[in-house]
This record gives sequence, structure tokens and C-alpha cells, in this order.
Amino acid sequence: MLCEKAMELVRELHRAAEGRLPAFNEDGLRQVLEEMKALYEQNQSDVNEAKSGGRSDLIPTIRFRHCSLLRNQRCALAYLYDRLLRIRALRWEYGSVLPSALRFHMSAEEMEWFNHYKKSLATYMRSLGGEEGLDITQDMKPPKSLYIEVRCLQDYGEFDVDDGTSVLLKKNSQHFLPRWKCEQLIRQGVLEHVLS
Amino acid sequence: MMTEELDVSGQDSDGGSEEVVLTPAELIDRLEQAWMNEKFAPELLETKSEIVECVIEQLDHMEENLRRAKKGDLKVSIHQMEMERIRYVLSSYLRCRLMKIEKFFPHILEKEKTRGEGEPSSLSPEEFAFAKEYMTNTETYLKNVALKHMPPNLQKVDLLKAVPKPDLDSYVFLRVKERQENLLVEPETDEQRDYVIDLEEGSQHLIRYKTIAPLVASGAVQLI
Repeated sequence: MLCEKAMELVRELHRAAEGRLPAFNEDGLRQVLEEMKALYEQNQSDVNEAKSGGRSDLIPTIRFRHCSLLRNQRCALAYLYDRLLRIRALRWEYGSVLPSALRFHMSAEEMEWFNHYKKSLATYMRSLGGEEGLDITQDMKPPKSLYIEVRCLQDYGEFDVDDGTSVLLKKNSQHFLPRWKCEQLIRQGVLEHVLS
Repeated sequence: MMTEELDVSGQDSDGGSEEVVLTPAELIDRLEQAWMNEKFAPELLETKSEIVECVIEQLDHMEENLRRAKKGDLKVSIHQMEMERIRYVLSSYLRCRLMKIEKFFPHILEKEKTRGEGEPSSLSPEEFAFAKEYMTNTETYLKNVALKHMPPNLQKVDLLKAVPKPDLDSYVFLRVKERQENLLVEPETDEQRDYVIDLEEGSQHLIRYKTIAPLVASGAVQLI
């Protein structure tokens, strides 16, 4: 069946749970591109036949192959673009350094796109005025209280609190810290918000 | 602490500059209004750079004042909470805009390219730079990974056709701030006809965004 591989790529992402990034299917993409090359070459020779040999009966097949080519293009681009959107979401979820498990699922070019995106976002945030700009990847939820109780899930080490003091974040220790300082560590899984 | 007044320079329709002096409370009000409008509007709204700049300035002042204040003073906690609240609204507003810019980037950039001289921009200069970089980054990626490996007649893709446009027919809730008379409402289906309504001040409505888009821009209605 034509375009089967392209459909598989789309299905793969459709099946992946919300936001999850499966490994980059390099093989699948390559097969789609190869099919496109084959279809195009078949069409080229048939078009010549149709023109010079008067084989107008070939025209429906030529049109059919062209439709398949367009479908393959559309599926391939949808697959690649949807992955970019998921990768974009990773910047907002995990910060600028991605966990290595996720990095293994990205192709080199996707990593490059991610790096450009990061840089672009950083430039924009810096331009927002004040001394260092405004980090809008923080403050993702409306603030309910100034300080929150957190439990440390991993050994993290020294952590600076604003008024010059610092705390030692050791696994299983609990602390009462300013909410906005903890946000990123909570998202990264280092701290856990304790709701009593 | 919050007694200074701030200048917000606005552009009126003649392109001249009008200086409007706002109290900090009024400034935060304006920010919250811009935030709610942006959250509920399906398309990217006009840029409100002056409000953003003034709010950031305001936050810097508050931070300065807090640093000089006595530690342990109850006022400090209250002002810190206020700062966090303002920072949340501002960040949320800017995030909302960035998300729309990324979602509709070909259409937004096209609109900016064909914008008339006197028309206000939907993008601040920094957002414009971000949007262009996003477009270049994405186009280059798609070209290098797929398009340039495709047959010659399929190496281009029209992003304006491939990327969906914002749905201006989606319904929004609004509250009327300035009375409107004889607003023309276009029919949804062919069987219906155009009709005309009046919007009373203070009334609330559920209506198609497209019908009232100019009223959001002018401030006559507030999306809720």
C-alpha cells in the first residue's frame, strides 16, 4: 500500500501520550523519502511516454502517484513539525538542560532546533527590561502563598535562599522555602511540594 | 511604597504621542485587562509595550524598596506577595502572547509585512525578532531534514496554507464598558439574516469574536 510508512509515522505520534517524545524514527523517514523518489521517477518516465508515445491512458496513474507524493510530503512534515512542538514544550517543562533520556530521543538536527529556540527565547526574555530581563518560564501558576513546605527527593547540595543564607538539600530533608525559588527544582523532580 | 505616579506614553490615531499619567493601581488594572483580553482572544492582540515596560519598572521599584525595608516587618511579606502576584500576571500575559506567536507565526509575520503605515503593530520589536527567528529556525530545519531530499517539484511548502489560522469565529464572553449602538451581527448560516444589536454599558454577552474584535482593540469591551 502506498504511503503506508508515512501513515505509520503519523500514527506513532498520535499514539504517544500527551507531550511524550518517542525516539526519532530515522528509518521511517528515510523510507518515506525513498518511496517519494521511486514514485517521482516512475512518474517522470510515464510522463515522457504519455507525451511522446501518445499514451494518455497513463495519465490517471500519473495523477494517482502525484497524490501519493503529496500525501507523503504532508505526513512527513506533520511528523517532523509535531515533534518540534513537543520539543518546544520540553524547554518550558524542564528548563534549558534536558534530561539525557529525552536527549537520546532527539535527532542531531532536532537538538540544533532546540538550541536555536532556547537562544531566541533567552534573547527575548533578556530584552524585557530591568537588569536581567524577566524569566517568564517561572511563575507558571498563580501564587497561593509566599513560602511552601518542600521535601527533598534527591541529594542536591547547597541552595541559596535570598537573604544570604543557604540550605543544604539532602535527600528526605524538609524545608520551608520561598515558593518562587523552588518552582524550577520542583519541576525537575529535585523537590516535592508537601501539601499538609 | 506605591504612591509614585507613572507615565504611560500612548500613540493616538494621528500618530502623535499622548502622555497619560497612571497611578500604580491603575497601571496594574490595565495590565490585568490586557492579560484577560489576550487570554480569551483567539488571535494575537495589539502589543502593549508601554504597559509592560512600566510594570517592570514598578516591580524594580518595589524590589528596591523591599531591600531597604526592615527585615521581619509584616509590610515586607505583604509587598512580596503583591510583587509575586504582579509578576505572575505579567509573565502569564507575555507567555500567552509568545504561544500565539509560535502557533500562528506565518500569518502573524505576513500581517506585519502587509501592515499599513498608521496601523498599530501586533508585535513589539523584540517579539517581531523572536517570530522571525522562530520562522527561520523551523523553515531551515524542515528544509534540511526533509524537503531538500524530496523530488524537485515538492521541495517547497507554503506555510501560510500548512499552518492553521486563528479561529476568529470562536465565541467569547465579554463585558461592555462603553455603550455601543447598532452593532451589526453577521449570520452564521445562510438561512439567517444580518441583525443589529445595542450593547448596554455593564451588560455581559457571549458573542462571536469576529463581530466585536475592533471593540476589544478600542477598549469598549472587556473579554472575561
